[in-house]
Amino acid sequence: MLFTILFGFLSTLLLVPLGHKIKSKWSMVLPLIPASLFLYYLAYVPAVAAGSTFSQMIDWVPSLGVNFDFRLDGLSLLFCLLITGIGTGIFFYARTYLKGHPYYDRFFGYLLLFMSAMLGLVLSDNLLLLFVFWELTSISSFFLIGFNNEQEDSRKSALTALTITGMGGFFLVAGLILIANIAGTYQISGLIYSRDAIIQHELYPLALGLLFIGAFTKSAQFPFHFWLPGAMKAPTPVSAYLHSATMVKAGIYLLARFFPIMGGTDYWSYPLMIVGGFTMVYAAVHALFRMDMKAILAYTTIAALGVLVFLLGLGSKDAIVAASVFILVHALYKATLFLVTGIVDHETGSRDISRLSGLRKVLFPVALAAGIAALSSAGLPFTFGFIGKDLIYEATLHTEGNWPLILTAVALLTNICLLAGGFMAGIKPFFGPLPQAYEKLHLPPLSMWLTPLILAVLCLLFGILPGITGDFLSKATANAIFGAETHMHLKIWHGFNTVLLLSAITLVVGTLLYLINKPSENKLNAVARWNKLSPQYLINRFTDGVFKGSTLYTNSIHNGYLRSYHLKIILFAEALLIYKLWLSGPIQINWDQLTPLTIYEVAVVIILLGALLIVILTPSRLTSVVSMSVIGYCICLMFVFYSAPDLAMTQFTIDTLTTVLFVLVLYKLPSFLSLASPKQKFRDMIVALGFGTILSIIALKVLYEPVSKDTSNFYGENAYLLAKGKNVVNVILADFRGIDTMFETVVLSIAAVGVYSLLKLRLKSSEKE
Amino acid sequence: MELLLVVVLGLLYAAGIFLILRRSMVKLLLGIMLLGNGTNILIFLLGTITKGKPPVIGPDQNVFQDIYADPIPQSLILTAIVISFALTAFAIVLLKRVYALVDSDDLDDLNTPEEEDL
Amino acid sequence: MRSIILQTATRYLLPILLLFSFFLLLRGHYSPGGGFVGGLVASIAFVLHSFANGTEATMKILGRKPLSLIPVGLGLAALSMVMPTFFGLPPMTGLWFEEKIPVIGSIGSALFFDLGVYLVVVGVVLTILFTISLTKD
Repeated sequence: MLFTILFGFLSTLLLVPLGHKIKSKWSMVLPLIPASLFLYYLAYVPAVAAGSTFSQMIDWVPSLGVNFDFRLDGLSLLFCLLITGIGTGIFFYARTYLKGHPYYDRFFGYLLLFMSAMLGLVLSDNLLLLFVFWELTSISSFFLIGFNNEQEDSRKSALTALTITGMGGFFLVAGLILIANIAGTYQISGLIYSRDAIIQHELYPLALGLLFIGAFTKSAQFPFHFWLPGAMKAPTPVSAYLHSATMVKAGIYLLARFFPIMGGTDYWSYPLMIVGGFTMVYAAVHALFRMDMKAILAYTTIAALGVLVFLLGLGSKDAIVAASVFILVHALYKATLFLVTGIVDHETGSRDISRLSGLRKVLFPVALAAGIAALSSAGLPFTFGFIGKDLIYEATLHTEGNWPLILTAVALLTNICLLAGGFMAGIKPFFGPLPQAYEKLHLPPLSMWLTPLILAVLCLLFGILPGITGDFLSKATANAIFGAETHMHLKIWHGFNTVLLLSAITLVVGTLLYLINKPSENKLNAVARWNKLSPQYLINRFTDGVFKGSTLYTNSIHNGYLRSYHLKIILFAEALLIYKLWLSGPIQINWDQLTPLTIYEVAVVIILLGALLIVILTPSRLTSVVSMSVIGYCICLMFVFYSAPDLAMTQFTIDTLTTVLFVLVLYKLPSFLSLASPKQKFRDMIVALGFGTILSIIALKVLYEPVSKDTSNFYGENAYLLAKGKNVVNVILADFRGIDTMFETVVLSIAAVGVYSLLKLRLKSSEKE
Repeated sequence: MELLLVVVLGLLYAAGIFLILRRSMVKLLLGIMLLGNGTNILIFLLGTITKGKPPVIGPDQNVFQDIYADPIPQSLILTAIVISFALTAFAIVLLKRVYALVDSDDLDDLNTPEEEDL
Repeated sequence: MRSIILQTATRYLLPILLLFSFFLLLRGHYSPGGGFVGGLVASIAFVLHSFANGTEATMKILGRKPLSLIPVGLGLAALSMVMPTFFGLPPMTGLWFEEKIPVIGSIGSALFFDLGVYLVVVGVVLTILFTISLTKD
């Protein structure tokens, strides 16, 4: 299993050097990658359907519980097949769709990366590994959504998607770690044994809440749904891939994966049913007002995801069976509709359903695929959608307690709207009269319409012979989610019962709604008026606020003036030091230990302070430089007084050289200008004196502290015995700490080379001179 | 006397801080040099200071017979002095180049360089 | 800045200062002095000469670019560091000749290390100062 994930990542890497090759005839290689993976996983179907699971464990950081553990069961297998199977179709389709695009190779790189991340996500059996792949899907989908990065809209949508899903990731990782801490293991398949401990733990609601937020952001549940319609800015193959089979289903996968571990309680059911139920109605109604084919599909996608969340919340056996079938149903028809939209957009340049009509006359195979998919989404008999819809009604009807009526009504309302929405996107553009403008259209190459047609045929095939999937794949999926045998058996015909009646009502009312509902600009605007209450608006306002806040912060703190940075740093340091000094108690001075005062010292200090004053006050550069050298010579004399002849000599020579240097460079510069107001100077003076005082106090306190002399004594005693030198300072420099000195000379050399190149370097303006 | 050095180092720091809060690049440089000198004295004070006893072993002896000044701060400061010379030299030359480019000593002029200066 | 007095003085000062700097270097292990101070004094000698006679004249005396002294000095210091490893000792072990030499005292690897430092310091200081004074702006 690991190699299938690595295979994708490696292919991505290979695209970097070989990318230009695939732009030509070699592009045929690309669909072969997911196709081979698809066949690989297809071979697992019989074994998994018979109830086996496969796992692979590779240690990574065992001490932290992070391992490359992979596990393939019914749930993972369904997703693997969707990812690679629909992926094959998408790759095949995108080859033609993006032909001639300058970033063709980059697109496939992102797509492969995304596919591998998704595979890793559904296969990982380790909580942290799952999270890593979860984030990888967020990041790679960011690249895919923002693929048309020259458009501002596209960049913005990609950022929104990344922000929302990334934020969800934070919550998710917190939830996962919490769960792991409660259960004591990071292995997902091991968590099931701690089910009771997890559910009874007092932090269970919190862990569950964090997990839900992660799943809701990824699966675009209200109130995080708005990134999904925005993500439609991506090229159509991306939308088809992300929103039918992969990205948004990751949240569903997460919930399904944790259902046997944490599900079945009130804490699990109510939030999911409320959020899922609300999302499905909200999005399904919204879809009716859209005119852009892609927008309609986006909202119906959100509604379908709501249905899945709702079913997982319901948690009965029927609901789980319905969910595991509906995942596949939705993936098939939604991918088809998206791809059809891409073809229509590609050929006519428009996705506006109020303008498109009659396209069946020119794009017959496309119309056929779209029609079947729309019917499947409507749940007409002999389509796979019919079976999915039946199971949903079955699940809502057979709920215990007083709920069935309400739940069924909600499901009915959603399905009616979904049907109308599906017809709007899948039927409307192809029927009616063909506008003159589109008469000259011709069918795109086979490679574009083959994928949607195959997917549509599958919708039909699974609908007529539900046993093909129902007895193998879907059964294994349902068993894996439910954690027990579900005895699932899909049938086309259930006899005349309530479910059939509900299906009929859905069909009739939905078709009527489709015929009556004429989406228009006015209606769209009417809906838009409510936008001020929408989460998207609120979050945008919040983001704007953050930007404003950070601008304010930047302008006040990072204003680009060096002295202002200095001032803030110094003030902060002063505050910290004062706090520490305050805690350290009063100053004590040991008068007896001080060395005696001589008149020479006082004289030197007076000269030094005078020179210091001149440096600060003088308007002349030369004076200040000369005063600097006076200060240096005074310090040199101090070293003489206090038994440091080496220091005195070094200070003297260095000071001389520094003065020469200053004079060489600065004698030409004009006098200092008085740039600061007296007020500023006064403020700076207070700050500076404050800092000086603090340092003096620190020095006084240091004087009183006993100092360990071990190292000094070692050097002093062994200078001659070990190093045959009598000048201890020099022995330390040249022998004991020779490596330090060695690197000091290296630093000196670097400075010299720096100066040399700085002066020899000819900048443009100097060449002008 | 130590207290004298304490006062000197405090004032060196104060002057250095005051100078690095100025707008002039030359003053900034002078301020950094003063801070360096202040730090040297601070390090010097960390080892207890001693008068008239340099850390040099007498001509006829193999070990110290008397107390002697702490050699470690001295070798640290010696290194610091030489390194700060290299730093100062580099900074001065940098300043010279910047002055040639923007024709100003004012740090604020570096924030909004004119197009033709670049 | 050309003055006859200074020019005449430096003619004698240069060798004397250089000699003094060498003295500081050699006796550094026994009395105050050493590679840093010696190198700095030597640089001052050359700088003084260049003030009196012009940088070009000093460069002529030096015979080469001061930048070339840096690798020589670094190489010498590094060599004296790794030298003991050729004798099977850990690096930086002090190696000493048996006989003592008058004035200087024992000669050992530390002296060569100091000589390396001396050359680097001269090279660095002269590179910086001469590059500045030779650059026209």
